Amino acid sequence: MADYTYTLLIPLIPLFVFLLLGLTGHKMKPLVAGLIGSTGLGISAILSYATAFKYFIGSHVAGAGYASIKGFEVSWLHLTDKLTIHLGVLIDPISVMMLVVITTVSLMVHIYSIGYMKGDPGFYRFFSFLSLFSFSMLGLVLATNIFQMYIFWELVGVSSFLLIGYYYEKPSAVAASKKAFIVTRFADLGFLIGILMLSFNTGTFDFQTLTDPHGPAIASAGGAAFMGLSVLTWSLIFIFIGGAGKSAMFPFHIWLPDAMEGPTPVSALIHAATMVVAGVYLVARLFPVYALGAPDALMVVAWVGGFSSIFAAVIACTQTDIKRVLAFSTMSQIGYMMLSLGVSGYGGEEGLGFMASNFHLFTHAMFKALLFLGAGAVIHAVHTNEIGGMGNLRKHLPITHITFLIACVTIAGIPPFSAFFSKDEILVAAFHSNKLLFAIEYIVAGLTAFYMFRLYYGIFWGKNTQYHHTPHESPLVMTIPLMILAFGSVFAGFIPFHALVTSDGLPFESKIDWLIAIPSVLIGVLGIVVATVMYKKENPLPDKVAGTFKHLYKWAYHKFYWDEIYLFVTRKIIYRYISEPIAWFDRHVIDATMNGIAGITQYSAYAIKGLQSGKLQQYGFVFVSGTIILVLIFVYLV
Amino acid sequence: MIQNIPLSYYLVISTFMFFIGIYGFLTRRNLITMLMSIELILNSVNINFVAFNRYLYPQQLQGHFFMLIVIAVAAAEAAVAIAIIINIYRNFKSIDVENVDEMKY
Repeated sequence: MADYTYTLLIPLIPLFVFLLLGLTGHKMKPLVAGLIGSTGLGISAILSYATAFKYFIGSHVAGAGYASIKGFEVSWLHLTDKLTIHLGVLIDPISVMMLVVITTVSLMVHIYSIGYMKGDPGFYRFFSFLSLFSFSMLGLVLATNIFQMYIFWELVGVSSFLLIGYYYEKPSAVAASKKAFIVTRFADLGFLIGILMLSFNTGTFDFQTLTDPHGPAIASAGGAAFMGLSVLTWSLIFIFIGGAGKSAMFPFHIWLPDAMEGPTPVSALIHAATMVVAGVYLVARLFPVYALGAPDALMVVAWVGGFSSIFAAVIACTQTDIKRVLAFSTMSQIGYMMLSLGVSGYGGEEGLGFMASNFHLFTHAMFKALLFLGAGAVIHAVHTNEIGGMGNLRKHLPITHITFLIACVTIAGIPPFSAFFSKDEILVAAFHSNKLLFAIEYIVAGLTAFYMFRLYYGIFWGKNTQYHHTPHESPLVMTIPLMILAFGSVFAGFIPFHALVTSDGLPFESKIDWLIAIPSVLIGVLGIVVATVMYKKENPLPDKVAGTFKHLYKWAYHKFYWDEIYLFVTRKIIYRYISEPIAWFDRHVIDATMNGIAGITQYSAYAIKGLQSGKLQQYGFVFVSGTIILVLIFVYLV
Repeated sequence: MIQNIPLSYYLVISTFMFFIGIYGFLTRRNLITMLMSIELILNSVNINFVAFNRYLYPQQLQGHFFMLIVIAVAAAEAAVAIAIIINIYRNFKSIDVENVDEMKY
């Protein structure tokens, strides 16, 4: 077995860079800070590629499948003999794949940010936070046990909070960061409950033991039941709540659109390519337990994913802030991945959905990071997020235009671009499992193509907007990452995922099912055509369509009023009927008790302070009479 | 001769001295007089020491030595007390204990 101890460096280098920049960054020139951050991440990326090469090709024995290897592990907290928390590095197909995804996207974002954040007073702070995020995310995917994952899960949440609230002088950014933190933290409570239930039930935190098909977790599937579902199913549903919170699945999606208040590179890194897929990764990591031990929990995953994907796609068609369109698109695509995991079985051909999900995660990271970075380049050029303030930019921003177009075609699922392959696998997996979910995904595919091209035409074609100053193409430091990611978006589809990342580590044969692929491509093309008709040239058609479906449009434009529902529930119900009584109790019972004790003490102090009169002879008299009384007591009474 | 005088005589004398001292300490307003009262108390104790030693343990001398220590301490105490009284006089232009009641609540 190959030695993977060095993989420990992959997360530790960004940690070191974080400390370096965080402690001494204010003394550096901004460019130096940016270069240090990018170099650190670059080394991590090279190590990740080397690991991927070594794992998938270098040390692989044909026909044996890919084993799960512990590269490194120490006992971190030894509480009792039964309860020990380890920290370590787990190397298996999905963690290696995630290493590649995270370091690639993160490196691109680092390089891009050198150009994008130029002149920002918090330049070094930005890079140190980016490194902190990279460290946490890498630690998360390399976790050997679920408790380590939880630790890094929270770290990821914190760094996301810091980066969303990066422009801390902007009230909306502060509100958005708090919202993101509170919503995900609330969902993490479910995660924690799930962890405790699962490990109490099985007596282990370790992933290798948990996911072992003959291990204690799966054996406990038939155990005690509550409300018709086994304890294992409940714990996995709770764990999924945590995953749904981080992955912005319905109903925890409300934080993701607001998170776009952060700088655009952050949106590309955290809220498109890496952190939001942590939920998918979590389910994929525990996939054998889900598939073999709790199919009911997997059904929940599938339906939440399916519903989120269509829900977000409908909203995305009506939004006018380009980053928000992309945010909802992200939510929709993650819904795809969740659905794909949900409809998958375990092992061989049955595990197609698992493979497809990870495949889509990989391609999605490339093209969605590209879309966000492209959107960042556009915002950089025209200084607005609103689609209404853009138009006809294709001559001003040629490179951004081409790369953005590539990403749009990719996400629409047109062959031979990468998402065609991954989406096709998802559709096949859904088709064999659940026809209704399959139908939903067809609709979503059409909607995706439509709203992406609506965005594309709105930015690069459409009306001839007059700009205050001519928009100019971004510097090379920003366009090169775009080109690299565009290259990835185009060619990532040719990676043979069915031979590399499978549910049981063994490769299986998979080919494109043209009966499913052709209609999905046609639907994608249809979406593109509709968008072309409506948005390529400025015309009254969009308004007319919006007028026809007035109510639906209004609902979708307001995101189906979910923010308002949350506000209603929190303000009108939780605040009024739970928080306020508790506050009343706190103020009038707990505080009152304390105040009462203090008041009694003070009152009695006032009452007896006259004894301290300063009269020497009075003291003497009391002393002498006290002595005499004591003497009398001891002589005559005792 | 001393053998004809019972121990209780000495004790009565010293008790009288002790309570005269207490009375003086509690009623006199002049600090010097109060100091003198304290000396009276100390001396009544000294009489007790010597008398008990002489009557109960005539072969030993601890009581006598203790009496000497008390006299020495009383001398030191008088020196300190008079120093304090002088300072009080400088501050209050009086040595009446009634005026010295700053140290209160």
